[in-house]
Amino acid sequence: MSVFLILTVLGVLALAGFVLARQRAMALAGGDARRLHSRPNYYGWHGSIMAAVPAMLFLAVWQIVQPMVIESRLSGMFPPEMVQDDSARTLLFADVRRIAAGLESAIASGAMSADEASALDAGAVRDRLAATGVALGADVQPETLAAAQEYRGLATVGGLWRTVLVLALAVAGLAYAIKLTGPEFRARNRVEGVVLALLMLASTIAILTTVGIVLSMLSESIRFFGMYPIQDFFFGLTWSPAFQGNSQLGLLPLLWGTLYITLISMLVAVPVGLFAAIYLAEFADARVRAVVKPLIEVIAGIPTVVFGLFALVTVGPLVRDWIAMPTGLGNSGSSVVTAGIVIGILNIPFISSLSDDIITAVPQSLRDGSLGLGATKAETVTQVVLPAALPGIVGAVLMATSRAIGETMIVTMGAGAAAQLNLNPFEAMTTITVKIVSQLTGDTEFNSPETLVAFALGISLFVITLCLNVFALWIVRKYREQYE
Amino acid sequence: MNDMRLVERDVSNRQAKIEARGVQVHYGEKHALKDVDVAILDRTVTAFIGPSGCGKSTFLRCLNRMNDTVASAKVAGRITLDGQDIYDPRIDPVQLRAKVGMVFQKPNPFPKSIYENVAYGPKIHGLARSKAELDEIVETSLKKAALWNEVKDRLAAPGTGLSGGQQQRLCIARAVATAPEVLLMDEPCSALDPIATAQVEELIDELRSQFSVVIVTHSMQQAARVSQKTAFFHLGSLVEYGETGQIFTTPQDPRTEAYITGRIG
Ligand SMILES: Nc1ncnc2c1ncn2[C@@H]1O[C@H](COP(=O)(O)OP(=O)(O)OP(=O)(O)O)[C@@H](O)[C@H]1O
Ligand SMILES: [Mg+2]
Repeated sequence: MSVFLILTVLGVLALAGFVLARQRAMALAGGDARRLHSRPNYYGWHGSIMAAVPAMLFLAVWQIVQPMVIESRLSGMFPPEMVQDDSARTLLFADVRRIAAGLESAIASGAMSADEASALDAGAVRDRLAATGVALGADVQPETLAAAQEYRGLATVGGLWRTVLVLALAVAGLAYAIKLTGPEFRARNRVEGVVLALLMLASTIAILTTVGIVLSMLSESIRFFGMYPIQDFFFGLTWSPAFQGNSQLGLLPLLWGTLYITLISMLVAVPVGLFAAIYLAEFADARVRAVVKPLIEVIAGIPTVVFGLFALVTVGPLVRDWIAMPTGLGNSGSSVVTAGIVIGILNIPFISSLSDDIITAVPQSLRDGSLGLGATKAETVTQVVLPAALPGIVGAVLMATSRAIGETMIVTMGAGAAAQLNLNPFEAMTTITVKIVSQLTGDTEFNSPETLVAFALGISLFVITLCLNVFALWIVRKYREQYE
Repeated sequence: MNDMRLVERDVSNRQAKIEARGVQVHYGEKHALKDVDVAILDRTVTAFIGPSGCGKSTFLRCLNRMNDTVASAKVAGRITLDGQDIYDPRIDPVQLRAKVGMVFQKPNPFPKSIYENVAYGPKIHGLARSKAELDEIVETSLKKAALWNEVKDRLAAPGTGLSGGQQQRLCIARAVATAPEVLLMDEPCSALDPIATAQVEELIDELRSQFSVVIVTHSMQQAARVSQKTAFFHLGSLVEYGETGQIFTTPQDPRTEAYITGRIG
């Protein structure tokens, strides 16, 4: 039975569990739901859960463990030198699985009989499988074909056992649930426990992913620092990678570019976004708001690459011709200011829309209290409403900052790709994200410092945003003004 | 009603501080206040009584133009403060509200420290020239509102962390600190125990020597104890307005009598 079919059967069993457990509970209570510990539906849910959940968990574990077991049994069939290296071994088993799957599908489609498939010869496999639509990269070694045949056998047996065990577990769970069901049984607590576990799982997934990301980047970064001195990376003032070797991979110019562009973009986005939010939440009447708010939010939907074009053909030349050249500060079409302004515009709707929601959520009674004491509207907004909304606004600004730090496209097109340490905002500069991309594009392997540096850059970026978050949390804690 | 403390009832020689003539309020379609005429006297405590939903808060909010903040509210008629029409375009509602302070029916402390809550009005209106003076105002206001002893050690704690009754007194202190000429109090004792209630009533009595106080209350005893004039509202109309003693002993209107004896409400 295929996994899909098993899941379907489990679904049916779960449904049966619901109906049977609910019926039994009602029957034992003599038809009076109030004599049960929990509401009847909870008994039903308990039946469903007991039928489906343990079986599904078992199935998931089986799916993970079965290939591992089979592979470890098959590796004995190859000469040791073929399976010594990790990546060679991975490729080999990928081939084994493909051949096995190809043979199965050939049999299923009738292109080969089962006997023919078992008797196939290593030289002919490639052509026969190509005829059925399974393309193999290289000629098949006899060992590989033997392993594939063995794999088929083991997988068939494993599949059979899987089906039997999973369904047996489901039926046993169902029976157990029905046996437990009775007026005294605390079904609600059980069901709520399961739901709680589900909620906890959901919250840990995000955390676990973060941990996973950090760990994977960390291991590559450690490899990088094995090849390149750590102090040269963190304190180096020059960024000039050369693929022949002898690169200078100093973080500081990139870090400077990132922070500079982020700063300028926030100088644009925070005041404009915040003022827009204050206007919308406190002064605009309902009809204006209904039109203006969605219009501002449209900006958020524009792909950043389109913003990049805008930076390239409009903002860049404007900044150069009207500010940089007349003041003699530079003559480059791409500059920190250009990218900063455009990223700022990109972030306006984030700040304005989120802040507007947060300001609107401040209770009217607080505004009344302030106005009732003879405060002006402006005093009310600045001294009561904004402080009350501050934690949320800081959150919004933080989100925008992270976006600015992580922005790549607009920087590439607006600020250029030249890594340099310069105070002049009308010069071309670049950021960490741009360099991560440019170090990884092209046909490269992860074994030279020039490519591995991308991971070190990535983890530095991660640490920066993490510090930013911690800082923001601290601000929020410090200035939090709670209202009910 | 033997427990009534007899306060000085003779206020007939006082001048009118606020005069309302033909005040109508509509909330959208709803006609919430119908043709109300009242003269609130200077240095007098006036009580508004009446069943829930009869328009007491609505009328109170007209007196300092707080209804301006309710988009659906339309106020018609004429209300004067010291002879000045307060709905005249030349009058700034901000200045008006500094003179006519308000304690709201629902306590609404700012999400700031207790100290900042009380200091808010004085700071805005520049009532204190130094930090010491401000401290002084905060302390006396909190003492007047009978809250000082409970909060003097935690002035920096958030005002929203106080109990419901404490929040109510904090809002009273906040309004008193702004030194208004008229104080509008919407059920200021609804969540207070008898001791705090007595202290607030004492405060009201004290304020009377300089200001006008208007108090909305559901307690007949309280109206009788603290006020010199009483207005009875019913279904959006002002049914009867007169000396408190007269309203409670010889009401003219059968609805007033029914209400104070507990037959409607
Ligand atoms: N913002 C508003 N929008 C619409 N209707 C309102 C609004 N505020 C009050 N009303 C209506 O106006 C009428 C008078 O309300 P008001 O708050 O003045 O009553 P009240 O006498 O203060 O009652 P209570 O003693 O319960 O506080 C009520 O019927 C109420 O439903
Ligand atoms: Mg009211």
